Amino acid sequence: MTLLSVERLEARHGLLQAVRGVSFAIEKGETIALVGANGAGKTTLLRAIAGAHPLSSGRIVFKGVDISRRSPHARAAMGIALAPEGRRLFARMTVEENLLLARAARRDGPWTLDAVMTAFPNLKARRRSLAGALSGGEQQATAIGRALMTNPEIILLDEVSLGLAPLVVDRVYAQLEGLKASGVAIVLVEQDLKRAMAMASRAICMLEGAVAIDGPTSALTRNDVTQAYFGLRRSAEREASP
Amino acid sequence: MILVNQAIQGILLGGYYALIACGLSFMFSVMRIINLAHGSLAILAAYALYALADRFDVSPFLGLLVVAPAMALIGWALQRTVLERSARSGPLAPVLATFGLAIIIDNLLFQQFGADTRSLAPYIGDLSYDSWDITDDIAIGKLAALTMATAIVLLGGIQLFLKRTQLGRMIRATAEDSDTVGLVGVNARRVNALAAAIAMATVAISGAFLAMRATFGPYAGAQQLIFAFEATVIGGAGSLWGTLIGGVVLGVAQSLGASVSPQGFFVAGHLAFFGALFARLFFGDLGPRVRRAFARRAT
Repeated sequence: MTLLSVERLEARHGLLQAVRGVSFAIEKGETIALVGANGAGKTTLLRAIAGAHPLSSGRIVFKGVDISRRSPHARAAMGIALAPEGRRLFARMTVEENLLLARAARRDGPWTLDAVMTAFPNLKARRRSLAGALSGGEQQATAIGRALMTNPEIILLDEVSLGLAPLVVDRVYAQLEGLKASGVAIVLVEQDLKRAMAMASRAICMLEGAVAIDGPTSALTRNDVTQAYFGLRRSAEREASP
Repeated sequence: MILVNQAIQGILLGGYYALIACGLSFMFSVMRIINLAHGSLAILAAYALYALADRFDVSPFLGLLVVAPAMALIGWALQRTVLERSARSGPLAPVLATFGLAIIIDNLLFQQFGADTRSLAPYIGDLSYDSWDITDDIAIGKLAALTMATAIVLLGGIQLFLKRTQLGRMIRATAEDSDTVGLVGVNARRVNALAAAIAMATVAISGAFLAMRATFGPYAGAQQLIFAFEATVIGGAGSLWGTLIGGVVLGVAQSLGASVSPQGFFVAGHLAFFGALFARLFFGDLGPRVRRAFARRAT
């Protein structure tokens, strides 16, 4: 069953068109790796899905409902969660307060404060610390935990491992495996190609705002993705075609 | 002994300033909006209570049951129509917009009620002048004590509300990053309107005490605004408890100043304000440092 479908989505930053006619559909419980070079439009695409960035054209359908014009908080209440790039925690509030805030989405489910603390044990001792005083790994755990606290049906994770120590990245990914098993659809933006490909069942590679490649990770070689990533295949085709 | 009395009266006066400053401080520290119509809105609430008492014989305390919700509605409307729009064009626009609003309110009140000064004192019986005599030199006014108690309960209550409740958390988070709160399901517009409504409900209470304590006229708002502003700034924008301390510092300074010379009342108050302002400019925020020093001593 299709959970989310994005149809010919376009989004701009002023004159710059960051996302150019992107279309794809995500099934319930699917894990997708969204890869691409810096500036390929991944973050803008995720923000547009979550409602934090306006569409200039196209539409987004979630659970059969056109949500293109809905506010971010209405989308959160429907079950879309974004752990944004740069984490965007509320620095002057404690870890616990950051997590509890997500109850505003009014979605009951398995993710409670205790469940998040169990999933990210490194947060337990930091419950009452201000989010601004946390280490990078703790901040990332809080950001993911906050997104989970809305009990989403799809979670969009932007640059989960950016700036984290390898050991911490391992821990975050171990949690994501558990999340995957719970049936939540995941869209993962990740610079570490190998890691993203191992985690996801499908990969979408973006190049200059458009989808360059979209297929199951089992059918894609690392080479395919690398070529799409840098736009090598396209320029190779262009050279070959005339 | 006279000096002790002056200090006690100063502290009680400080409670009054803190109460007057409550709504302003809440809007300033939580919503990051400087509301220059604060004083005029308090006077508006005072006139509403006066009209209820004068025409329908309603006691000001009962009148608050009507006026506080009415002011809350005004706060909601104010946020939706004026503050929200003006805040989008930078921090200066709300200052100008509320300044204009203050002029409008003052003149509408003048048109409606004329230049006569009014007071709610006649409607609260002997509470307005009764006092407890502690010694021959020291007397504590019952209204002043009630004002102080109200200030403590109100400021403390709001502080607890912001810390402990979900709406309080939503208000703080929205003030910190209004774009990101949407992602966790918070309707930022609604939360801001609710916060403005709460602020205005406290302004109604300020207006009630202002009018019971002394007389007021249609243009009395500006003077109230200055004292409220001074209490807020002396206390620092960090917490509402700071505003209580700020009010007390201002009240004690004025009271002691007045014992030196009749002119000393205002001079000492303004000096305390500027002293606090310069101390913050040169030494940074003192609140956290004091707290840390205490924490160090405790461990």
